[in-house]
Amino acid sequence: MKPTQQTKPLSTQGKTLFDKIWDAHVVSSVENGPTQLYIDRHFCHEVTSPQAFNGLRARGLRVLRPDQTTMTADHNTPTLHQDKPVKDPVSRHQLDTFAQNASDFSMPLFYPLGHEKNGVVHIIGPENGFTQPGMTIVCGDSHTSTHGAFGAIAFGIGTSEVEMVLATQCILQSRPKTMRITFDGKLRPGVTSKDLALYMIAELTTGGATGYFVEYAGEAIRKLSMEARMTLCNLSIEMGARGGMIAPDETTFAYVKGREFAPKGEEWERKLAYWRTLKSDDDAVFDKELRFDAARISPMITYGTNPGMGMSIYESIPALEDVDEAGRISFKKSLDYMGFRPGEKLLGKPIDYVFLGSCTNGRIEDFRLFANYVKGKKKASAVTAWLVPGSWKVRKQIEEEGLLDILTEAGFELRQPGCSACLAMNDDKVPAGKYAVSTSNRNFEGRQGPGARTILAGPLVAAAAAVSGVICEP
Amino acid sequence: MEKFSTLTSTVLPLPIENVDTDQIIPARFLKATDKKGFGNNLFADWRYNNDGSPKKDFVLNTPLYAGSKILLAGKNFGSGSSREHAAWAIVGYGFKVVVSSFFADIFKNNALNNGLLPVVISPAFLAEIFAAVSKNPQTTLTVNLQEQTLTNNLDGKSELFEINPYKKDCLLRGLDDIDYLLSRKELIEQYEKERFKY
Ligand code: SF4
Repeated sequence: MKPTQQTKPLSTQGKTLFDKIWDAHVVSSVENGPTQLYIDRHFCHEVTSPQAFNGLRARGLRVLRPDQTTMTADHNTPTLHQDKPVKDPVSRHQLDTFAQNASDFSMPLFYPLGHEKNGVVHIIGPENGFTQPGMTIVCGDSHTSTHGAFGAIAFGIGTSEVEMVLATQCILQSRPKTMRITFDGKLRPGVTSKDLALYMIAELTTGGATGYFVEYAGEAIRKLSMEARMTLCNLSIEMGARGGMIAPDETTFAYVKGREFAPKGEEWERKLAYWRTLKSDDDAVFDKELRFDAARISPMITYGTNPGMGMSIYESIPALEDVDEAGRISFKKSLDYMGFRPGEKLLGKPIDYVFLGSCTNGRIEDFRLFANYVKGKKKASAVTAWLVPGSWKVRKQIEEEGLLDILTEAGFELRQPGCSACLAMNDDKVPAGKYAVSTSNRNFEGRQGPGARTILAGPLVAAAAAVSGVICEP
Repeated sequence: MEKFSTLTSTVLPLPIENVDTDQIIPARFLKATDKKGFGNNLFADWRYNNDGSPKKDFVLNTPLYAGSKILLAGKNFGSGSSREHAAWAIVGYGFKVVVSSFFADIFKNNALNNGLLPVVISPAFLAEIFAAVSKNPQTTLTVNLQEQTLTNNLDGKSELFEINPYKKDCLLRGLDDIDYLLSRKELIEQYEKERFKY
């Protein structure tokens, strides 16, 4: 459907969900400049924080509120033999530096490799109850948008900003514009929220939401589980959005309740009453509104080297004439890299690797979908499969629910948690020229290893590829 | 942070759209714990062969544009990962300005926080400069931050660019956000005391 452009009226209108949370966190405003925003929860990992801690040292500063920062090692970590010393000395040094910083700055919430709460930063936040509705949440990682699934303002930041938050628990930010994307109708069976997200990014392109904070709404969104909502919000950044969010509802509250760091007793009741007010008012006006019909979405895959180059699994890659002229050099470069031709169909193409995991699809529900599909089938012998749970808790749950037995029976191995082949900082690299069907979030050149060719997909399409050895309908 | 006022330089053209931060600096180079040395690995996978030798046809390896302090790039530059290492790599290589018709949000912030000026111009002007530079690699541009103008010195054509007044002031004076926030410490404590209790 066509986007409708709206302008904000001057009168006092109702507020959007975004406005309500933002306004509650404004400490001050810089004249003609950004807003000083208070941050409730800060997540830190080993790759984007060392220079920030060094910055504090150079300025002679302490961390202002250590108990509001959660630290986990995830990006630069092996997914096998985590109990042994990390082999790569440079990686080990970065992990040691992370531990040293946690200790030097007396950080109480530090979860190193092997800790029962360790895992990918955007997985452990929600599962331990750190992530709650109404919060402002930042992390030196662009997929911080994941936490918006709880009705929070959550966004990725750079290392200078990590330093800023450590030192002052605040950040300077310009207020983004707001966009609402409504998905009417119901998703068809076999279509996951990953497909919905890839569909949306293909429609909007990778820069289509730049400058906006997106709220997802509509019948199809309300029906999604928390895991599926996280997958969708996670991918908001791939269309350039500052973040994505979904108004909290009973599904959200049921998920948060009882988690270790969630409010308890009387505090729970008080917060719950507040959380119930967190939704966009009926007369709230967004800077931009888009609507899609969820029932039209099919299982999706990508064919190029950015997440916007996606299509339904049944479609063909666009012909050269269908690409606008300014973009043709990039389009051709991208297809050359992937070894695909314009106009080609990808159904039936052999693939070499399958990756199930990452902060996009490394949650328990993703493993349930995958295991359920491969149950009673066998992994294709030509396929190397990396099944990497998002956290130790997810891994434990996989074992407890009997999914590990199903996976083992079907010829799959389960690895230890971490970002793994999502960004290939560790040994989990796809070799040059090989095709990987990946449930992660980025198909950039070299993202999964130099020369690796990534086809993004949801957990069901990945499962189908893993047992058939080709791109096929799940 | 270094101060920025005006700059005149030749231009290094990279006419590719959607250049993501994984291309600017691939993940395997993010293991360092300081900010130095990233310039050597700027665009590493486009720039070097597997054996580490330079790829002859990549623009960073052609002597034509050596010493340029302005990087000219296709639209949606800096998308993807939030890694500030991308800005450190560009600055480390010696660039002071990146010109494009569109930048990804986080990259823009990261650049500004490192004294690297992202200049947004119209797609038409961008196309013109690309054409001028490919015809004559000696073409120079002048960036004037105070006036917020980008000028093609070959034909004198100029365009205004936008920048947040606060960020402009920071760059002109060489101050960063942390200095500013630290000067408002009481406001933070006051906010924490008075913040909306639910
Ligand atoms: S899984 Fe991938 S996208 Fe998610 S935090 Fe790790 S590296 Fe970033």
